[in-house]
Amino acid sequence: MINMQQFFMGVSIALSFLVLLCLYRAILGPFITNRIVGVGAIGTKTLIMLLLMGFIYDRVDMFVDISIAYALLNFIGTLAAAKYFEMRGEV
Amino acid sequence: MDIMTIGSIITVVFLVTGVFFFMAGTIGLLRLPDFFSRMHATGKGDTLAVLLCLIGLAIYNAFEGNFALPYILVSIKIVFIAIFWFLAGPTATHAISRAAFRCGVKPWTLEHQFKEVEKQ
Repeated sequence: MINMQQFFMGVSIALSFLVLLCLYRAILGPFITNRIVGVGAIGTKTLIMLLLMGFIYDRVDMFVDISIAYALLNFIGTLAAAKYFEMRGEV
Repeated sequence: MDIMTIGSIITVVFLVTGVFFFMAGTIGLLRLPDFFSRMHATGKGDTLAVLLCLIGLAIYNAFEGNFALPYILVSIKIVFIAIFWFLAGPTATHAISRAAFRCGVKPWTLEHQFKEVEKQ
């Protein structure tokens, strides 16, 4: 039977495939606003993949801190983009 | 830790539903016509998926160390990320949608199909 590490590896591979799909929107998205949505979606998937890597390598407490920092930065990044556009007034 | 223990089965269920909602969010991101509907899909889909995955991993971590204190503390940190993203995800979605709306991004409507208005 597969053990949990192989299962986590499978989930990470599935998530990285979904990141490729989001990359399509992040690169080709008609306008900057769609690109921000694509990058935001990639960010949330990376958050989960970070934690799964922690479980695969049995370094959970190290990777938990990394993913906390990543979640905070991802949130701040989206807010900064929103504030920038509000200040600039046109997309 | 093989897959047949109680903690692993719960984790597998949580993670599979989490990946399902990630897929739903991604399909919404690719298929929907304009910015607001894409934001609608990813904002909700990804937030729920993150919540499911993180709770599944927290449960797995607790069961793996059979509830020893250091493992419980790490699980509490994982649950903290879930709670934080539960608050931060919708806030970020709202901020970027409001900014785009104020910058003149027009929501997609039915007549966009007929008179070739360039989609924002």
